Formats: sequence, structure tokens, C-alpha cells
Amino acid sequence: MIEFKLPSLGADMDEGTLLEWKVGVGDTVKKGQVVAIVDTTKAAVDVESWQEGTVYELVAEIGQKMPVGTVMALLRGADEKVGAGETAAAAAPAPTPRRMISPAARKHAEEKGVDLDSVTGSGPRGAVTLEDVEQAAAARASAAPKRAADRAAEKPADKAADKLAEKAADMRKTIAAAMSRSKREIPHYYVAEDIPLAKALSWLQAANAQRPMAERLLPAALLLKAVAVALKRYPELNGYWREGGFVPVAAIHLGVAISLRQGGLIAPALLDADSKSLTLLMQELTDLVKRTRAGSLRSSELSEATITVTNLGDQGSQTVFGVITPPQVALVGYGRVAERPWAEDGGLKVLPVVTASLAADHRVSDGHRGALFLRELNDLLQRPEELEK
Amino acid sequence: MNETEIRTIALTTLKSIAPEVEADELRGDRPLRSQVDLDSMDWLNFLLGLHEKLKVDIPEADYARLITLDDVVAYLQKKLGGG
Repeated sequence: MIEFKLPSLGADMDEGTLLEWKVGVGDTVKKGQVVAIVDTTKAAVDVESWQEGTVYELVAEIGQKMPVGTVMALLRGADEKVGAGETAAAAAPAPTPRRMISPAARKHAEEKGVDLDSVTGSGPRGAVTLEDVEQAAAARASAAPKRAADRAAEKPADKAADKLAEKAADMRKTIAAAMSRSKREIPHYYVAEDIPLAKALSWLQAANAQRPMAERLLPAALLLKAVAVALKRYPELNGYWREGGFVPVAAIHLGVAISLRQGGLIAPALLDADSKSLTLLMQELTDLVKRTRAGSLRSSELSEATITVTNLGDQGSQTVFGVITPPQVALVGYGRVAERPWAEDGGLKVLPVVTASLAADHRVSDGHRGALFLRELNDLLQRPEELEK
Repeated sequence: MNETEIRTIALTTLKSIAPEVEADELRGDRPLRSQVDLDSMDWLNFLLGLHEKLKVDIPEADYARLITLDDVVAYLQKKLGGG
């Protein structure tokens, strides 16, 4: 019998509450299939199974809070035979009717104070979609004269606001716990490099002039790709510190720090970023940001990052000194791209410049290697056309 | 399309990206991105939303001219032939 356990949802999320089963007893489960939705302090997460089999028993109950590693369900593998005493157990409990609600719809309902029991689902198999919740919220707002509506809406709205505040406080505690652990356990060192971006931005501008608006590239895509490519020559920055030693990872999965509008941040992974074209990376980044903010992430995206990149963007400050996300061993930070005076060939110019920084684990690498990595990043960004494919 | 209609569309598009925005509290003559805390992805999505609703192309070279909500509205009005 295969034990399906609550997987790790990132270092800073060590427990979750089961919101919904997406499978029932007797269903066949494939690799990568979403089998449950689990709420964490940061987001509702679509939990995938990485094993194949037939659901024999759903062990965890809706609403149950459990630590990572808890057995949530039992699956029977394809080559397991059904024992005489097990037949009834597997066949008897018919799956209870499940309410299909998308994570984005659930989150929106929470924000708007919409009672999901009162919403009719219009999605596949009656699933409640984001549009259903939006319509329910709009209908509620316009159903009664304003004063009556205000009175009626006061309580659910207050309740929703309280719940959001509670969630924000939980997220802050979670971030604090993970970052305290990082600072307590990881001997950080920091190096930084100013990188001129005139060539990269000119190249991007020319590339974007040929693209329709929906396919334009942001500098962030180029900066991320450069990190992924540079890491290939610096494997000691890509992997995990586990059981007293460094475990390098061949694949390069960039955890991208994404700030949430209600406060806090999540760093889901852009998988295999080194081997993806800029166009694909930009599409995936756009999708990841959208789904992160809508509360619709997959468990693999929260647990697979091998390094984190934080990009403060043009609303940020000049330099960021990052805190490594355990068990990772490095974090790359980009500050604001801004015009600065730049000395070159005995002259002074004004160029767009970004400061790239590296926070890395001294148990695994040294400042010299860290500095060389940033130099590599600089060199790559002077040849943006080579990062396109 | 007049200035008020364009401003309403711009605000609706903005609210789809930043739902917490209160139109009454927004200063049309102040930098929009810092008032609403729009990162580069939000900004791209905002302009893309305007492009889709108004069928106006906004070249990247023009982004630098679009600082305030008033700038955006005036720019769109001109593009739509109303300014």
C-alpha cells in the first residue's frame, strides 16, 4: 500500500489544513495529478501526487490540520493485489459528493465575505469558479437598497476583514519563523556587483518593438535567465543543505519572490529556468505571478526551488541584502534599475545600472566564488542575445 | 470617447489589478505606480488591459510619458482621436 503524505510546501510552511479532496475512494491517480487542496498560512495549495495508484482510503478529513509528512491517503499500486479482507474496505465507502471550488474562487469568496454554500457552480461538474463568486458578490451588493445592503453586508464584510487580518498575521509569523531559522543556522556572506544594463535594455527594446503587446518581455525575464545560465558554472550555489552536508541539484529551479498585495510574499519556482527561452520564461513568470496572487499554486512549485531570486524592480531600492530560504544555500537579489554615473575608458557616462547581490551559505561556498558568479552574471547581461534561446 | 469615459475605463482596469484602490483617494496628478504600488508586471498588465479594452497600441517607447493617471488618460484620448 502506498502512503500518500502531505508533501513539503516550502521551508516556511510546515503544516496545512485539508480544504478539499479532489479524488474519491476507487479513483485512479496519475503522477502530477492534483489530489487535494490544502490551506497554509500563505496560500491555498493544489497538492499533487507523485505516485500512481488507486485510492484505497482517504485518511485525512476535511478541516484537519496536519504537519508535513502526515499520511493523508492510502493508494494501491497497479501491481498490488486486492486481499480478501480489503475488498469491502476499498469498495464500500462511496466517495462523498465533493464540492469543486477553485482556489482562486475560494480566496475571492473569503475576501468578499461570500458564503460558498449559497453559490451555484457553473464550471465542469458544477465547480464553483472565480466568475461565480464575482457574480454572487455583485448580486449581493445590488440586491437590496443601499442602507439595507450596508447593514446586511456589514457583518460578513467585517468577518472577512478579520479573517484576512488573521491570515496576514499568520503569514508574518511564518515568514519570521523561516527567516529566524535562516539567520540562526546559515552563516551568510554577501557580495554585490553593479551591472550596466544599457546593452540589455536596448536589446529588449528592439525585441519588444517586434512583438505584440501581450508578448513583450520585461527586464525581469532577462535577469532571471541570466541567473539560471550563470548557475550552471557555479553548482555550489544551487541545491540544499541537508543533514549536515550540501546536496547539489542538477536542475535549476528559480524560486521567484512575489509580493502579495495584502502583504507578505511567496517564492514559487520557475522550473528548469536555464533551458527555457525568454519568451517561455516570460509567459511562465506572468502565469506564476497571476496564480500566486490569486492563491492558486501547486505543491511542486512551492517545494522545488533550488535557489531564490528577489527582484525589487523599479519601485524598489538600489540594493537588496537577501535572507537565504532554507534548505537552499543562496539568494540572488536585484535592486532598482536606475540611471547612474558610470566611469568607463577614462570617461564618465550616464547608464542604466542594476546592483546584483548574492547572499550565500559560507558552509558551502566562499565570497571569492560568489564574486565570480556575479561577474559571470554581469558578462551574460552584456550579451543579451545569447540569453534568448 | 470623452475624457470621463476613458478615465472610468482606466480606473476599472486599474482595480482589476489592484482591487484595494479607492478611486476617490487617487490623485490624478501624482505618479500612479508609486501611489498604487504597481510593479513592472502590474504595469504591463494595466497597459495590456487598456490596449484590449480600447484597441489602442501603446509602444514601449511611450511608457516613459505615462507617469500619472492624467498622463494616461490624455495619452489615450489623443490616440483615440479625441484630444
